[in-house]
Amino acid sequence: MQNLQSYLKNKRTRNEKLLSVYLTSGFPDLQATLPLLHAIADGGADFIELGVPFSDPLADGTTIQAASQQAISAGATLGFSLDIAKQFSQKSDTPILLMGYANPFMHFGWDRLILHAKEAGVRGYIIPDLPPEESEDIAKQMQEAGQSLIFLASPNTSAERIALIEDLTTSFIYAVSVTGTTGAREAFPAETIAFLQRLRQQTKHPVLVGFGISGPQAAQKMAALSDGVIVGSAMLNRISACNDMPSACQAARDFAHEIKSNLLNNSEDERDGNR
Amino acid sequence: MTGTLHTTIHSHWPDAAGKFGEFGGKFVPETLIPAITELENEYAVAKSDDTFLQAYDAYLRDYVGRPNPLTLADRLTERLGGAKIYLKREDLNHTGAHKINNVIGQLLLAQRMGKKRIIAETGAGQHGVATATVAAKFGMDCIVYMGEEDIERQKLNVFRMELLGAQVVPVTSGSRTLKDAINEAIRDWVTNVRDTFYCIGSVVGPHPYPMIVRDFQAVIGRETREQHLEKEGSLPNAVVACVGGGSNAMGMFYPFLADDSVELHGIEAGGRSDHIGDHAATLSYGTPGIMHGMLTYMLQNDDGQISHVHSVSAGLDYPGVGPEHAFLRDSERVVYSSVTDADALAAMSLLSETEGIIPALETAHAVAYAANLAPKMKPEQTMVICLSGRGDKDMETVHKLM
Repeated sequence: MQNLQSYLKNKRTRNEKLLSVYLTSGFPDLQATLPLLHAIADGGADFIELGVPFSDPLADGTTIQAASQQAISAGATLGFSLDIAKQFSQKSDTPILLMGYANPFMHFGWDRLILHAKEAGVRGYIIPDLPPEESEDIAKQMQEAGQSLIFLASPNTSAERIALIEDLTTSFIYAVSVTGTTGAREAFPAETIAFLQRLRQQTKHPVLVGFGISGPQAAQKMAALSDGVIVGSAMLNRISACNDMPSACQAARDFAHEIKSNLLNNSEDERDGNR
Repeated sequence: MTGTLHTTIHSHWPDAAGKFGEFGGKFVPETLIPAITELENEYAVAKSDDTFLQAYDAYLRDYVGRPNPLTLADRLTERLGGAKIYLKREDLNHTGAHKINNVIGQLLLAQRMGKKRIIAETGAGQHGVATATVAAKFGMDCIVYMGEEDIERQKLNVFRMELLGAQVVPVTSGSRTLKDAINEAIRDWVTNVRDTFYCIGSVVGPHPYPMIVRDFQAVIGRETREQHLEKEGSLPNAVVACVGGGSNAMGMFYPFLADDSVELHGIEAGGRSDHIGDHAATLSYGTPGIMHGMLTYMLQNDDGQISHVHSVSAGLDYPGVGPEHAFLRDSERVVYSSVTDADALAAMSLLSETEGIIPALETAHAVAYAANLAPKMKPEQTMVICLSGRGDKDMETVHKLM
């Protein structure tokens, strides 16, 4: 299986703006996750962040908090997430990353996690409460297994720290659009633009922008300043609004498609403009 | 007597990475890294700045009312028939508990850093009241996050905070208690990180908080040590304190860590039973994990989800514990045990009847343990109980139970 670096490299040579979609594993129920993953991939997501629910998600806003609670009540465990990732990877080439808080991973055992994740075709991890100072050994182990640990950068991250993150990054940098928690937002402050410009000047890796991307327009705006976007809460909101599985899958597919095709047109415009 | 905050270092922990052995650290989102780094740097300068230290000492003396006494509990001693028992009277501080020692220190740091918006979490309400109090005195804005369930249990403290000009924000997520109030305070901090100071209430959270809170609470142990030497000409044989997050215990124990002859006892909430969900005895039943920015012992299920906990006392109702306590447990310098709700309630009556002092329910756990330990000790030996707070806030809860 292609690792995340080469996957991204291929996409990047085509100058394509990327879409990553976050989905809480086990939300709204255990049966929904696998079909939703396929629907999101069909819609055109370039990769998917499968959220491992945690009881105390302190970097998340109300949407992901509620989804996590619902998933835990439904019985979603890390073992379940790994199992779903495995089933999905057997049928789809769309890469899966695991996104979650450090504790369930640590409790499962880092060695064991890396092994099981490899079997499940997982290509990387996003762990918001595991900053560079706490992840040196773990990141190395993941890298040896062909997996990436993705680091986050924020509008208040200094140039020195961006340099550190750049050194540790093997695939892409997750740019947090605003200081704050996850959740769809209406608008972005002016500092977001300055931050993304600053970040892109300092890194040779792709930059994907997450936190607060509410729909195609916001995605287009942020993608113009980066290599792509991450959509989480807005997708969960679309899924929540549906009454049954088929309509939830349809809504997820449509939403991913709407954002991705908008990004593709935008990428073409940009290329045309450059010509 | 309070003087000279940091001239004596009683342990070389935490290390430069903020670790106590394997515990502690900085498990926070990237957005908070600048804030904790700024705090760490400011504290490193402040703790050897005479102006800062003098201000801290002056507020403790003239506003909090320190030093508070070390009271001989002669009737309790007689009743139990064993070691001579002293009480370190943190209940006599302004606002009625040890919490204010730490708040004075942290808000002086906030003042130096030019931050005027203060946020805090509270469980029983004591830390919230102390923060609201000092914020009022310093002319700062204060927002206190409090679990909905705790608001119900501690209505009077909510009213006190509001009277002091603070805004109390109910937390409806998760178990609606202290741990969720901390989550919500951290979410606020991530969002308003540039102008907001998070005044954390115990020796928990990411580095440098466990160290800073310990240092500001160490006045308890320093005074106790001097007062005991003055009265007895020796150090106590045993020191007992209750542990939720563990700030009164850490402050009491820290100046005694190097004194091998002094036995240190930390007492957790044993709740209704030893089944998970029925107690909050993290160091007795927990396993290492990561929560609230630190690696420490915590109560969790097989999937690494944080457990619900129970204690009759809202201040001990926490599924984690300060990382230095985790370290002291594993190094066996401190012995940790637990006391049930029922025994704590009985101890509240015992101390009230024998000494005319109504302890907080949190404190009553330490009293209950001491009541078991004292008869096993010799009459020429002495014991100090950290009387961390007064029980007025608990009268409604206790009235229903007794």
